[in-house]
Amino acid sequence: MEKLTFHHKMLQRAPGAKSLAINGVVASGNLEVLTERVLHESECTVEINTAADGFGEVWAAVVQDFVDRYNPGGLRFSINDGGARPDIVMLRLAQAVRLMEDTQ
Amino acid sequence: MNAVSTKIESHPEGSASWYEASARDRIALLLDVGSFKEFIGPEMREVSPHLPIFNLPEAFDDGIVIGKGALNGSPVFVAAQEGRFMGGAFGEVHGAKLTGLLRAARDLKDTPVLILFDTGGVRLQEANAGELAIAEIMRAVVEARTSGAKVLGLIGGRAGCYGGGGLIAGCCSGLIVSEQGRIAVSGPEVIETNRGVEEFDSRDRALVWRTMGGKHRKLIGGAEIFVDDTARGFREAATKLLEIARPLGLETLLAEQDRLEQRLREFGDASDAIDIWAAMKIPAAASVPAMAADEFVSLADNFGRNFHDAR
Repeated sequence: MEKLTFHHKMLQRAPGAKSLAINGVVASGNLEVLTERVLHESECTVEINTAADGFGEVWAAVVQDFVDRYNPGGLRFSINDGGARPDIVMLRLAQAVRLMEDTQ
Repeated sequence: MNAVSTKIESHPEGSASWYEASARDRIALLLDVGSFKEFIGPEMREVSPHLPIFNLPEAFDDGIVIGKGALNGSPVFVAAQEGRFMGGAFGEVHGAKLTGLLRAARDLKDTPVLILFDTGGVRLQEANAGELAIAEIMRAVVEARTSGAKVLGLIGGRAGCYGGGGLIAGCCSGLIVSEQGRIAVSGPEVIETNRGVEEFDSRDRALVWRTMGGKHRKLIGGAEIFVDDTARGFREAATKLLEIARPLGLETLLAEQDRLEQRLREFGDASDAIDIWAAMKIPAAASVPAMAADEFVSLADNFGRNFHDAR
């Protein structure tokens, strides 16, 4: 197991009023993302607990790409990963941002 | 206990497949829209203490979602296993969440519990804790039922209902099963490993389904209601079964014992489910597995052994 944490400075608050969302599932090639609106809107944190060791650089690149595209200010993402590929990771993170956009 | 919304409205996507849905989606599709309130949600991070020892990833809800909601405006407790996480298997935390929910039902006496099974049994990495959890849950089911709460099992997930899950299902007030749902204790691979391929060929999927699948369970009285694989089917069946499920008492157990003894006398020598169906005088017994769900329901209404006064 490997734990990775990435902090990014954000320019915008992530839209929506939801304070909590969970999506995905911990299974082979998949991951779950727990999203909480608990940070200042200029902050974003992605915490990863992954079964596949040694992919820190790939995670860093995917997370950088994700925050550049979605500007998820104020959100903390906690990930349990079962060895998902980068495209699945990006998909789940995008779904998480979408879920947080709901009004309740 | 928080008040729950009583908006009586079934989900607009009720035709969605139960088999394909996640644990959370099944709850959303089953209950009145927006009525579900989760207990010990993922944000509390009550994760397995055992999995990290084996270098395995945890799930924030340990593979089971529990809480309270409403079905047709009436309060219900609900638990849903996520069959894709560790095969829906019972671990220490997973089991404790279900035990706690059942004990709440025991204390409240009149709030039913719906258990959405999707499990291969005990999580091998937490063997002793998982086995203890199964025993605690079985006791909690019986305590909830003797105090007056009905406990229903809904079975139609990809992992089926195996191992300790099959034992817990046997303790319930009643079961709802779809064709995809399988109910047994030892799974196909377990039987083959222990008794050889002559006893049970686990790769023979048709054999697996006609031995453990929903149709056979319905026909021999192992499940009360057979439904098509839709969320709406499970919702309607749960509503109906809550009305007809009987309370647990000595009479119920004696009747169940009689029923099982009679079943053994009648079918004990049969070596295949088709032999049993033929002995039940079901016309064209061999065609049952290929039968469409609605066609099967009317057949089962004529031949199914569910109208016993047992459980």
